[in-house]
Amino acid sequence: MPDSSSTMTTHSEPHMKPLVVGERSFNSRLVLGTGKYASMELMKDALDASGTEVVTVAVRRERLYNEQGQSLLDFLDLDRYTVLPNTAGCFSAEDAVRVARLGRELLEQLGNPGASWVKLEVLGDKKTLLPDPVGTLEATRQLVKDGFSVMCYSSDDPISAMRIKDAGATSVMPAGSPIGSGQGILNENNIVLCLELLKQGDPDYPVIVDAGVGQASDVARAMELGADGVLLNTAVAHATDPVQMAHAMRHATLAGQQSYLAGRIDKKLYATASSPMEGAISYIPGE
Amino acid sequence: MQINLNGKSHETPEGTTIAGLIEQLNLADQACAVEVNKALVTKVNHATHTLSEGDTVELVTLVGGG
Repeated sequence: MPDSSSTMTTHSEPHMKPLVVGERSFNSRLVLGTGKYASMELMKDALDASGTEVVTVAVRRERLYNEQGQSLLDFLDLDRYTVLPNTAGCFSAEDAVRVARLGRELLEQLGNPGASWVKLEVLGDKKTLLPDPVGTLEATRQLVKDGFSVMCYSSDDPISAMRIKDAGATSVMPAGSPIGSGQGILNENNIVLCLELLKQGDPDYPVIVDAGVGQASDVARAMELGADGVLLNTAVAHATDPVQMAHAMRHATLAGQQSYLAGRIDKKLYATASSPMEGAISYIPGE
Repeated sequence: MQINLNGKSHETPEGTTIAGLIEQLNLADQACAVEVNKALVTKVNHATHTLSEGDTVELVTLVGGG
């Protein structure tokens, strides 16, 4: 009989601190999008497998004249997930503010705690979907004035990130690489600088890497750099097996965070043996 | 009268309220938010807000997104 206990550890997982964003607190540091899944059922299963507690959604025109298709809301457990409505597709501050207000109205109707926050995206260009730094700042200021908790999609430029925080954003969310590109984190130094500047004198300020994730190691890397969380969509939704990838993302988030907290060793140019040289019976060159 | 509804011309009787429009579209049991001429009209005001000829109405809901 195989001993099933042989795979168990004698130490329990270290206690992980929750992700705190403004007034909100979550055990999972992964935020998942709900777009681009082959079916609503698959989305539901992937969200479940990811362990996420926060899901992003978009605000769009009701399809008045189409055959009534499946509604996202029929597949989203609103008691389980805090919904984070986005302003995706907005290319001006004015439009982003309108969409944010519509999203808040919808979530208030649904009684979801996500009503008072927004994932702000003000895009500057259709092809790259890179953020418009000026429009993003304008919209952040207006939405903060309107009482929103602003989760702000930003480029990985540390100074832009700082300006967005100064404008009152609850969290700055720098992109690892362009939305949906799957290129991972293209400029680790910039993410590190974003983290350093945003957390200067304010170590608990939440910084979430948003966009560009292609695989689980990208998530782990973001967490190892010291990010507070990762937001992703396409990497799971378009994986060959989205549910398995969602599991992988959950593990990667935890592994990356634990690796960051545990404190990595310094890099060295030369090897240092893990087995003692003393007592070796072999010939050792130079000795 | 003609209004512009979600980017298309739409015929609706004079005096239609937002609540009436939502009823006509069989969306009364759906979550939907409404903007008239780029200004949000919250649900508590749907029954009292009367639409006017030429109004631009956006009627939106939540869909999958990242």
